[in-house]
Amino acid sequence: MDQNELRLLESRCIQEEPPECTAACPIHVDVRTFAANVSQEKWEEAWKVLRKAMPFPGILGRICDAPCKERCKRKEAGQAIEIGMLERACVKTQAPKQRIYPLPKKDKTIAIVGSRLSGLTAAWDLARKGYKVTVFDSDSQLGDNLLSMPEEILPHDVVRKELDILFSLGVAAELSSPIGDENFLENLAGRFDAIYLGPDDRDLPFRLTELKGIFSRGFSQYDPKSPVWQAAEGRWAATSMDRFLQKVSQTSGREKEGPFSTRLYTNIDDIPYVPAVKSLNQTSGYTPQEAIKEAGRCLHCECLECVKACSYLEKFGSYPRKYAREIYNNANIVAGRRPANKLINSCSLCGLCEAVCPENFAMQTLCLKARRDMVKKGKMPASAHEFALLDMQFSNSDQFAMALHEPRHESSAYIFFPGCQLCASSPAKVKSVYAHLRETLTGGVGLMLGCCSAPAFWAGEEELFERQFSMWQRKWEDLGRPRIILACSTCYNIFKTYLQEAPIISLWSILDETGLPHDFTGLKDAVPLALHDPCTTRYESHLQTNVRNLLQKMGQPFSELTAKSEYAECCGFGGLMQNANPDLAKTVINRLAGRSSADYVTYCSVCRDNLAGAGKRTVHILDLIFLEDGETDPAARKRPGWSQRQENRLRLKNDLLNELWATESGERIDHAGPVLNISSEAWQVLENRRILVTDLEEVIHQAETSGRKLYNPDSGHFKASLKLYNTTFWVEYIPSDDGFTIYNAYSHRMSVSGKEVQ
Amino acid sequence: MKNSYANPEDLRWKCHKCDMFLSVGPATLTYMGNTINAQLPVCPQCGFVLVSEELALGKIAEVEQLLEDK
Ligand code: SF4
Ligand code: SF4
Ligand code: SF4
Ligand SMILES: [Zn+2]
Repeated sequence: MDQNELRLLESRCIQEEPPECTAACPIHVDVRTFAANVSQEKWEEAWKVLRKAMPFPGILGRICDAPCKERCKRKEAGQAIEIGMLERACVKTQAPKQRIYPLPKKDKTIAIVGSRLSGLTAAWDLARKGYKVTVFDSDSQLGDNLLSMPEEILPHDVVRKELDILFSLGVAAELSSPIGDENFLENLAGRFDAIYLGPDDRDLPFRLTELKGIFSRGFSQYDPKSPVWQAAEGRWAATSMDRFLQKVSQTSGREKEGPFSTRLYTNIDDIPYVPAVKSLNQTSGYTPQEAIKEAGRCLHCECLECVKACSYLEKFGSYPRKYAREIYNNANIVAGRRPANKLINSCSLCGLCEAVCPENFAMQTLCLKARRDMVKKGKMPASAHEFALLDMQFSNSDQFAMALHEPRHESSAYIFFPGCQLCASSPAKVKSVYAHLRETLTGGVGLMLGCCSAPAFWAGEEELFERQFSMWQRKWEDLGRPRIILACSTCYNIFKTYLQEAPIISLWSILDETGLPHDFTGLKDAVPLALHDPCTTRYESHLQTNVRNLLQKMGQPFSELTAKSEYAECCGFGGLMQNANPDLAKTVINRLAGRSSADYVTYCSVCRDNLAGAGKRTVHILDLIFLEDGETDPAARKRPGWSQRQENRLRLKNDLLNELWATESGERIDHAGPVLNISSEAWQVLENRRILVTDLEEVIHQAETSGRKLYNPDSGHFKASLKLYNTTFWVEYIPSDDGFTIYNAYSHRMSVSGKEVQ
Repeated sequence: MKNSYANPEDLRWKCHKCDMFLSVGPATLTYMGNTINAQLPVCPQCGFVLVSEELALGKIAEVEQLLEDK
């Protein structure tokens, strides 16, 4: 990603666009922050927000006609926020102390003709910029029209105090000036470097428009009596005069000077209707209490649609515009820590953000690109994905992978690819489905066991992915290019994208088309279930429909989750989130599990197992279609552990080869290894630390044959270690009659060595 | 002693081969091309190093993370 791509990406996220009120305000007061302060009774802070944008907040805050209100988002759910009344209530409180730091004095002089709000604002802005400013007025006092307003609206005292601030900046006044005189302007032009003619103070004599350095307002589309427009007018004139005197561009960077349209999106779907607070006394306006209440209605307009939808985005405390920069910076760190590694590797690549974002910002694309880049540069932390990649390699080794025609068939019209995780979770269902497909479909239904290699794809391991996936391409071609039946929607996506010449069909479509198995006897005491769509079906609405049809045909009542179809949530498996950030994956699955109190039904074995692991009663749709002997409550089935998942795959292949093809896998099954006694607490430790039983066996085997182990005379325990792959495993155990009792196990990745004493 | 990670209970382990209690001695830790020297419980005879659970899941995991993010 280069700077330009980054900018483009950043501009897609509109979270930092201003809210409607600020965009509509001619001088762009930060109303959102202001209202937040008022609602929290932080009057001084509220004052400061006004001061930032407003000239003479004591005055303008009392009389602003609030054109912003017209565009306030709150009016779509109640009435617009009474922004003008809030400002009034604020500036009636004690003003906090203020120090003004004008820029260093400049030698240029400026004349301001007229002392309405526009002229005074121009004087205020230019004085702060360091110019020597003189205000001319035909009246005997400045701000005559302000001082003629009713005292209860704008007390004279307030006007005088604000004007005193102007004088304190060195602004001079020439009162009772003959500003209507023929030669007045010409005289000024001789004395000053630039002149501002306030609106309504006089019409510019035609011949003078040719004089350089005279600024006046142009034709305006707005109400000239509007105080805030007058202030804005003075401000823009001040900017023009400053640029004229500095000899810089008059136009650049001024596009957003007046009201502009904002791209900010704010979802108000769930915002309850609340009408504006009425002030009991119309003339004096809101009491502080009324103002606080009214400010509390402000929606604090912002987008954050994706952050609200995704626990990952929420967890890292910011939003995609900021994340894009963090990820960009991360890639450009030459030496030192890369703080965004965890951010990049924690995304589940589920694409929900893109689906909910009004601008379709795809965080998953950003994270996947960054991962690929890290892998290419050798900067991917080894621990982030290794466990999953090893599991994938196990699936695609001879221990599990195979591709065969249906027994007693020479060719295949179809090939069933159940995917690694269904086999890991419910090998029995795979057998039932395969039997059903052979019975229902003609032309031969082959079987292909293995992993589609999605983990390599998610890890950003492009080469590894290509290598592993091309194996499926070859096997598919060797089998005569049959139609591929896929039970897993992750596999479905991978095959659809990377083997486009292959005809693929989802198992759910086949079952929907061919009907339920003829021995399906109906569901006993079906309780309503809540349906969870796997996130990988987000844009496969036909699969979602197939599953709904199947549930209906079975007579299974079900309800929909709010996060469904296009807005389906990930279970934490996607993108290897579970590997790179197990804690976050827990948050994610718990949130999904909490969406309904009903038991869930889903059609992804990993979703099923992760939900079960979070204590949520969940069935896989295959549990409903193919009842297993003796299975009474499939929703209560525990999530098989990591070791069990490998064991299930090993056995499945071996069983199928034995039962259907009458051959043997030749792989280590029912090995005469030692029995390991593992308490349930020890099991939990192994699961959390992702240590497999096969790892334990190897450590113990090595220790027992070599004698290299530690012994603790106090407990009688042995302890041994062995480096496997890139990890060193430690096991604490005691030999027992039939094998070994396991007490503890842990691992680390650093290599450790000591010195042998000669 | 700097970089020393040994608890009294670590020294209650004996090297099975050499039949000697572990004592605090020099050990080398390497990861991703970085080498760190530390004092750990080792067999005084053959140099077998014990990495305790506490050390593996604590300090070592922390340093691994740091080196991986470099
Ligand atoms: S949904 Fe997220 S990425 Fe999209 S504009 Fe809003 S905050 Fe930015
Ligand atoms: S609700 Fe608040 S932030 Fe949104 S437009 Fe209205 S005043 Fe501004
Ligand atoms: S986890 Fe999903 S929704 Fe969240 S950022 Fe990643 S792809 Fe987007
Ligand atoms: Zn020894």
